Amino acid sequence: MPTIKSIDDLKRLREEAQKVKELRDQTGKTQIIVGMGTVGIAAGARETLKSILTFIEEQRLPDIILRQTGNIGLGGQDPVVQVILPNAETVTYGKITPAMATRIMEEHVVKGNIIQEFRIEA
Amino acid sequence: MRELSLHLLDIAENSISADASRIVISVREDLVADELWLEVTDNGKGMTAETVAKVLDPFVTSRTTRRVGLGISLLKQAAEACNGFLSIDSELGKGTKLTAKFQHSHIDRMPLGNLEDTIITLILGTPAVNWVFFYQFNDQIFEFDDREFKEALGDLPLSDFRVIEFVSNTIKDGVQEARNITTKKGVVYANH
Repeated sequence: MPTIKSIDDLKRLREEAQKVKELRDQTGKTQIIVGMGTVGIAAGARETLKSILTFIEEQRLPDIILRQTGNIGLGGQDPVVQVILPNAETVTYGKITPAMATRIMEEHVVKGNIIQEFRIEA
Repeated sequence: MRELSLHLLDIAENSISADASRIVISVREDLVADELWLEVTDNGKGMTAETVAKVLDPFVTSRTTRRVGLGISLLKQAAEACNGFLSIDSELGKGTKLTAKFQHSHIDRMPLGNLEDTIITLILGTPAVNWVFFYQFNDQIFEFDDREFKEALGDLPLSDFRVIEFVSNTIKDGVQEARNITTKKGVVYANH
């Protein structure tokens, strides 16, 4: 897939993606949520989210929905990252640096292994 | 916070919390007039004059009012420390416009920081909002309205790796180009 340079490229990409989608089973997508409240931002949540974006981009990971949200409401645990694999429960991680986020992507999102030592009670 | 870009991200989060469907982020660097302007304009639910007064006062802001912007008073203090100001123009049901002005060359002015990452975070992380990013460096303007590109995407998620690449490059190149062209023209800045 060549680099997208224009809106027309995007439209072509969309058509291709729709074809692939029709062929594939509905296995669902992985959701990743990063808390982006004032405290989270001050604690580095933007950099944590950026490292997740970079990982998706570099590893060319399909079927990921990444969202940011306001305060997740877990005081003192920022930056907070939540991972929801298809048909699995929400796993919440706390105090996640960009390096830790990359590990979560490698271990949990790609291989399906929850990293217990980063996990917090939500 | 260490960067004005992080403040912008924080202010924009308030607009998202106010249920805005369209948010315009404007950054203007005018080195001739020696001014830096930040503006976030939304069509969210707006605030009463009372609430506006509250979010501007750091001593009133407490944990229970955090949802409407602990960060605003911090940005206000930062602007005032740099011969600037922060103002909020808000109307219930119509929306809110927040403006912050800094003396560009002020020694205490926080760096703008990573503007691109702030914009990318907002565009890619909040698909439901129509984002408009306006950046001006002296007389050079870069503007990105994500509406057309989102329409072109259709069912393709914003977190598709090719989309991430496209948005990142578009924003990064746009900002850099605006800065470079002005530099190449050899404009003499008032504060240099």
